[in-house]
Amino acid sequence: MTNVLKQRNVVIILILFALAFPMMTSNTYMIHVMTLSFIWMIGVYGLNLLAGYTGYLSLAHAGFFAIGAYSLGLLTVKAQMNFWLALVLALVITCSIGLVVGAIALRTKEHFFAIYTLCLGYIIYLVIDKWDSLTEGVRGLIGIPAPAPIGPITFETEKAHYYFVLFFLLLVVLIMYRIVHSLSGRTYIAIRNSEDLAQTIGISTKTNKLTVFVLSTFFAGLSGALYASFVRFIGPDIGSTNIVFDLLTYLLVGGIGTLSGPIVGTLLIVWLSQLLQDFQQYRMLIFGPALTLLIIFAPRGIVGAVATWNMNRKLKKYPNNQARSGRSRNDSLVKSEIVPEKQVKEG
Amino acid sequence: MIFLETKQLTKRFGGLVAVNNVDFAIEQGKINAIIGPNGAGKSTFFNLISGFHPPTSGQVIFKGQDITKLPSNKIAELGVARTFQTTNLFEQSTVLDNVIVGHRLRTKSTLVDAILRTPRLKREEAQCREKAMEVLEFVDLQHIAHKPVAGLTQEEKKRTAFALALATDPEIVFLDEPAAGVNPDETEGLAELMKKMVNKGITVCLIEHKMQMIMRIADKIMVLNYGEKIAEGKPEEIQNNETVIKAYLGGSASA
Repeated sequence: MTNVLKQRNVVIILILFALAFPMMTSNTYMIHVMTLSFIWMIGVYGLNLLAGYTGYLSLAHAGFFAIGAYSLGLLTVKAQMNFWLALVLALVITCSIGLVVGAIALRTKEHFFAIYTLCLGYIIYLVIDKWDSLTEGVRGLIGIPAPAPIGPITFETEKAHYYFVLFFLLLVVLIMYRIVHSLSGRTYIAIRNSEDLAQTIGISTKTNKLTVFVLSTFFAGLSGALYASFVRFIGPDIGSTNIVFDLLTYLLVGGIGTLSGPIVGTLLIVWLSQLLQDFQQYRMLIFGPALTLLIIFAPRGIVGAVATWNMNRKLKKYPNNQARSGRSRNDSLVKSEIVPEKQVKEG
Repeated sequence: MIFLETKQLTKRFGGLVAVNNVDFAIEQGKINAIIGPNGAGKSTFFNLISGFHPPTSGQVIFKGQDITKLPSNKIAELGVARTFQTTNLFEQSTVLDNVIVGHRLRTKSTLVDAILRTPRLKREEAQCREKAMEVLEFVDLQHIAHKPVAGLTQEEKKRTAFALALATDPEIVFLDEPAAGVNPDETEGLAELMKKMVNKGITVCLIEHKMQMIMRIADKIMVLNYGEKIAEGKPEEIQNNETVIKAYLGGSASA
């Protein structure tokens, strides 16, 4: 119980900090970077729901991010649609494409799924890049409007936009929290853990996987649409595979399959790369090895490592287990490395 | 009374006939065992019944209904549960958390319920938790309900897997080598547990290599060898069956 209270306090403090952040600094650049990282977080949550909680690593999510962004951009710039209507439509478009793509992609598993979705993402990028008459190709879309004002509330300033994005982030976190802590979340985790076992306990893995896929493209699309209205300019680059690997890096560093992982990972890397900007491309000399070490020693990221440590402490509390505590600790470390992967099953 | 039966069940993997024309009837309220040397097709036979592999030919009939073509999750809904040789549990999670999801198939709440936290979801969550505690008590693990699976002994993991299968409210459970990798004392405990299931009205069908245990608890045994049924009957009949002895020991039985 004390644990729950503590957790709640941490969440409240974090929200208060997020609300107060724009007032603590007069530097609009900092607010700009923070807003962008919030937008990425929403996309990372989409990836996390699918890859972290259901065990299907999709590399097509930059594509869905771009579909969300371009849908909003085209509907507002070319079709002159009201921003809010365009936002809703952009999400509907992303989910519809997600539904079709997911139904096909989910016929594959594991590595094949990752490779298949990587190709899909690239195709989406190519379509955006080459379909000049619709997307303006490499010239990109310029002049995407900021969110239309709701009554007296306008979203023209950096600060206003910051709160606008923060609102959606909090909504996404709340939705994720509720999903993960519900029977549906348990169902998805069961599928990640062992699809065979999940099926024998009566779970329709097909329906559930497709639901998760569509929902995760929804998050990616939302993230893209917010990006478009925030940056006001989009080019085909936002659908490139670099973006999906960025999202994946944030997720891996923070902790795949954890609720706070996307926040921790995104904040850390975004701010770290800001600090290391002087080093320019040499940044990767630091990032590369650091990431490799992290995957080896903390396969479930920073949040996952803390969780494993907590679990081992909990294990020790059981007195009948003390004689074997050394072994079970090693066990859990070894096991934690294979969490996102499927265990090999015998018939 | 015949509860579940297979009719000329056959499975070919390319040129290999893993299960060949097997007729087998499982009696309600009994412990039915399937034995046979390694590679005899026992696990494949289980996979055919539980809907993991579509059979090449033949039928599976459960309570008069043909379930041959049903997907495994539908079969589970009808009341057929199974466990695996490897327990496949989620190691990072507690015993209770592993078992709660077992009752999911009897609930109706959707993703929308989850996002809105509707009363239905709360009610069904409580129902699943209650069911999980009930089956954990049944398999005698309630004292470690909140312990992470990573710290369990092999026997406790087997019991957790039983609990998960029981949480689906099955009428029949298929246990694939429930006593593999556990010591003789613990094997005894698991045998007791299987008898307890039968007493509760759940039909048991198991694959096992531990002959002493099988001969003591099984009401009926089927022996598979190279995918074919070579014998079927009561334990004492099987013990004295020459074909069975030959299959296990090789060569001529008189040697």
